[in-house]
Amino acid sequence: MDILTQQLINGLVLGSIYALVALGYTMVYGILELINFAHGEVTMFGAMICLAVIGALAGNGTGLDGGVIVLLGLLAAIAVCMVMGFLIERIAYRPLRRAPRLAALITAIGVSIVLQNLAMLIWGKQYITFPPLLPLVRYELGGAVITNLQIFIMVLSCLLMAGLLVLVKHTRLGRAMRATAQAQDIAGLMGINTHTIISVTFVIGAALAAVAGVMVSAYYGLAHYYMGFMLGLKAFTAAVLGGIGNIAGAMLGGLLLGVIESLGAGYIGALTGGFLGSHYQDVFAFFVLILVLIARPSGLLGERVVERA
Amino acid sequence: MNILQTRGLEVAYGGIRAVKGVDLTVRRGELVCLIGANGAGKTTTLKSLCGMLAPSGGEILYEGSPITGIPSYELVRRGISLVPEGRGIFGRLTVEENIKIGAYARRDGAGVRADQDRLYDLFPRLSERRSQQAGTLSGGEQQMLAIARALMSRPRLLLLDEPSMGLAPMLVQKIFEIIRRIAEDGVTLLLVEQNAKLALQASHRGYVMESGKIILTDSAAALLKDPKVQHAYLGG
Repeated sequence: MDILTQQLINGLVLGSIYALVALGYTMVYGILELINFAHGEVTMFGAMICLAVIGALAGNGTGLDGGVIVLLGLLAAIAVCMVMGFLIERIAYRPLRRAPRLAALITAIGVSIVLQNLAMLIWGKQYITFPPLLPLVRYELGGAVITNLQIFIMVLSCLLMAGLLVLVKHTRLGRAMRATAQAQDIAGLMGINTHTIISVTFVIGAALAAVAGVMVSAYYGLAHYYMGFMLGLKAFTAAVLGGIGNIAGAMLGGLLLGVIESLGAGYIGALTGGFLGSHYQDVFAFFVLILVLIARPSGLLGERVVERA
Repeated sequence: MNILQTRGLEVAYGGIRAVKGVDLTVRRGELVCLIGANGAGKTTTLKSLCGMLAPSGGEILYEGSPITGIPSYELVRRGISLVPEGRGIFGRLTVEENIKIGAYARRDGAGVRADQDRLYDLFPRLSERRSQQAGTLSGGEQQMLAIARALMSRPRLLLLDEPSMGLAPMLVQKIFEIIRRIAEDGVTLLLVEQNAKLALQASHRGYVMESGKIILTDSAAALLKDPKVQHAYLGG
């Protein structure tokens, strides 16, 4: 088996998930200059909601096809997360619109903790497994293996990202989003209700996070109330790597981070003579974050660095 | 008929009263200017008229009904548009996108396209640069873009905040020519300017503002001859 090809495939799959989550961070930052630390938890809720729906429908004599059940779970996750995204902005961040940035940042951390605990109360502390509803098909590709699930994750991610780019670049709503990101008060003078645009931004980010959460839980076969924390940090790193506030940057940063992590995990054993194993995978993401912050704080595609508390 | 009237307008800015009881009236079809020194409260007055700042006291009437406290995105739909100080163009949007976003509140696609073509005729420089990022335009071109963008909302009352600021004298003349042309098209204009002479020469009437209050108002011709105005604002 070709380790390089295999790790590249794994990395791209992981990276496309990171990219979907990173988009939520970067879009919100682009408009509010706020790191929405609760975003990782929205991803976790996506996974949990999907699994709850699957749990309720599967093996319950509904007679539904496995694929239909997963699809229903995914749609429910998207719907619930969109509502969550809307409510988080409305309840936690909108009252702080004119407050110092630090207040909003601390609130974001607070919302994150609240959501984690809420999930723990609802679903408990144990790992929830993703039932094998869909047959896993393996394909040979250049000496490596790629599964139908991996292909599905990459294709769906690409479609969603392409759709988002079209929305932002070529629609009236997208223009309003970019205008609001550049100057809220001037956008208001154009007749844009910036509150609505900010809500829409949160809702779109949450929908993407829901999809990513379902993908992660299907990919690893597990979900857990704490899973959003690490996933959120990784995606945030990806957004910073690409240049926070930049949508194409979040996509690039996500994919790159996935590949870096995967290759790192694949080769760390060989590089350290077996001293460090692949469970040190997480080290790479944060090593990359530190490097980016030192060498290129504005990220790969970032234009400017704004210093704000 | 009055298109705009304020009664005892007061605006506080971070605890400081910047506008202290301003009464002003603009009649339909007029070109009125508001002149005064730096920090007199002119910009603050305009910002409260277009809904960017909520007044702390007094009343604003537009076409006879109170609009005090209505946000700017609503007022655009009612026909009030502001060309902000420093132009406020969206630098990372293209010229064309800036123009289009000016018509954001409108739903008549055909009318928007017709207005767009008309404005490109009026501002050929913008037409040449429509796919360029607006941030790459010169100061004068940005000011023209800001005016064109505001006109895309088809305002009945256009507020202009320091349109000549930072521009070379030739461009200042050009901007005032455009302002006169807009007025001839039937748009009511309220113009805030530090260049008092040019503003008064273009206007029907004028208000002189000092420390948050209107200290003088008259026809523009009379203000141009007023010794106090000449001494304080016209360098005479």
